[in-house]
Amino acid sequence: MATVTSDNRGLRLAARYLSLVLVSLIFLFPLVFMVVSSLKPDHQLLADTSSIRAFLPVGDISLDNYVNAFERAPIGRFMLNSVFVTVVTVTASIALCSLAAFSFVFLEWTGRNVLLSVIVATLIIPFETIAVPLLLFVSKLPWIGLEGLEIGWLNTYRVQIIPWMVDALTVFLFVQFFKDLPRELIEAARVEGASWMLIYRKIVMPLSGPVIATAAILKSLVMYNNQYLWPLIVVQDEAHRPVMVGLGYFFQLQIAWGEVMAYLTLISVPVIAFYLVLQRAFISSIASTGVKG
Amino acid sequence: MSSKLTRSNRAGWLFALPGFSLLFLFIIVPFFFAFYLSLTNQRLVSPNPTEFVGLENYSNLLSLAVVTLEPERDEAGEIVRDEDGEIAYPRVRSITRSDDYPQYRGMGEWFRWHWGDDAKVVIASDVLFMKALVNTLAFALFIVPLQGGGALLLALLINQKLRGINAFRTIYFLPVVISIVVISLLWRFIYSGNDGLLNNILEALTFGAFTPIDWLGRTDTALGSIIVMSAWQGMGFHMVIWLAGLQSIPGTLYEAAAIEGASKWQTFRYVTWPGLRNTAVLVLIVITMQSFAVFAQVDVMTNGGPLDATQTLVFQTVERGYGKQDISGGATISVILFLMVLSISAVQGYLTRERR
Repeated sequence: MATVTSDNRGLRLAARYLSLVLVSLIFLFPLVFMVVSSLKPDHQLLADTSSIRAFLPVGDISLDNYVNAFERAPIGRFMLNSVFVTVVTVTASIALCSLAAFSFVFLEWTGRNVLLSVIVATLIIPFETIAVPLLLFVSKLPWIGLEGLEIGWLNTYRVQIIPWMVDALTVFLFVQFFKDLPRELIEAARVEGASWMLIYRKIVMPLSGPVIATAAILKSLVMYNNQYLWPLIVVQDEAHRPVMVGLGYFFQLQIAWGEVMAYLTLISVPVIAFYLVLQRAFISSIASTGVKG
Repeated sequence: MSSKLTRSNRAGWLFALPGFSLLFLFIIVPFFFAFYLSLTNQRLVSPNPTEFVGLENYSNLLSLAVVTLEPERDEAGEIVRDEDGEIAYPRVRSITRSDDYPQYRGMGEWFRWHWGDDAKVVIASDVLFMKALVNTLAFALFIVPLQGGGALLLALLINQKLRGINAFRTIYFLPVVISIVVISLLWRFIYSGNDGLLNNILEALTFGAFTPIDWLGRTDTALGSIIVMSAWQGMGFHMVIWLAGLQSIPGTLYEAAAIEGASKWQTFRYVTWPGLRNTAVLVLIVITMQSFAVFAQVDVMTNGGPLDATQTLVFQTVERGYGKQDISGGATISVILFLMVLSISAVQGYLTRERR
């Protein structure tokens, strides 16, 4: 009798794991295919799709596709552009949004509630609905650079960075976090005569590790992964083009799929690596936008 | 509440201003600018001055009419039929180009149906816009149950107490951290008609009974293929949101259900699902908003084709505002899109108010 139930339990456990593994295959197969295919010459890549070999690094395996991809497009340049735009935007975003949130939560001033409501209201404006007017707007904006006054922001880094520095969600995340910090701490520091800047820098920000991580992860994903529509319409020159738009290079007359797979692997691996190392933080930051946004 | 300690107009404004001015300049200004532009004939580059045209852009997009075509009759009054026995009708152009109907000028056929011997033809001033609108709505309608429901099943699967369960959660979430541009390209190959991976997998699973399909090249499968791929990519995202909802349901409720002898389905129906109502509204709204904004998938995979079967509103905004430099036309679609988003948030507001 006892052996029967334990057998049953063992069987049921096996069935549970089997279903988990089968579902995993659905989510993994395109990615395994991508990495494996990037190592194969085109003719073999195409032939292999008809069998399980599509997912196995077998046959004529080499890094040739990577070498050729680097020759076809200035991949290093694209990567550098994307990383630069991402790092600058994320850093500025954390500084500006936390500073504003600090002011909304800890200071009292005329117009505070109105301004905060306006910011929260912009949460429902999808970027896609302002892309076209923003395009016209930035094409006429002035800028004072090293060569003096210029008109128009097209084909620059600043057009990819400055409009993305402040967003309602990031401000909102900081506001929510700051509200839970003990106010007595701030008031005590005030009594001691500390300036607001000092309190922000020495008390509040050092306590804000978790929310900084959340904001940084979310913003990095937006800036590195999802920057496609905007750079597509405001950046035509290769010198400032980010990775996702750089893909256009691989779609000339004859598509070299092996090189495409190599490029896709190259630009995705850094994010996947970050994700695998920081997966708990990634997942909880997504959950926090869901719960609060 | 206002204490002298925390009151400071100067510091308050000084800290909030840098952030607020950027948000104002790059989100709020273009937002109102879109409304203004939609009332003009602005182009990206134009030698002519911009003129105010009122609601003309809107009527150019939204005008619809139904016209009735009576069958062609011969001298005896008999209905003329072609070789296949189909009734012959006059061409729609005979109405849209006729001086007798100035109100239909420039409109084109969107679709038609038959009513007795007559044909009813819906004509639209901008058929392409109408197709994009319908596709966008269809996208939302189909992806909500597919992605939301799939994500709930995943969350239930992951919400078990098993050794190593986190590894599976990590895998299901993986596509979320990969760019939709990368995913779209990858799936373009998977969906390919010739050596496509999907066709080969389906052939193998059905032992060769399945005939290969050019998934993205057919008008009846292209949009569906993009929907399935998009649902696949974002499922892990919504799984995490469902999971947070599942874990907020108190364990005592499950214990009570177990004591009452509730079956698995009853437990789900009367304990789990009611506890997930907040989460369900959130998932519904987020997926709908995301599907209103679909652009990259279409741009990478089909470019709106075949025969406009995958046109979407955002794709049209960009094609007009940027591609054709018709800024006012693009802005008008943007405003319509925003009004759709606004009505969805109104629905959300309504659903959340009712609950409390």
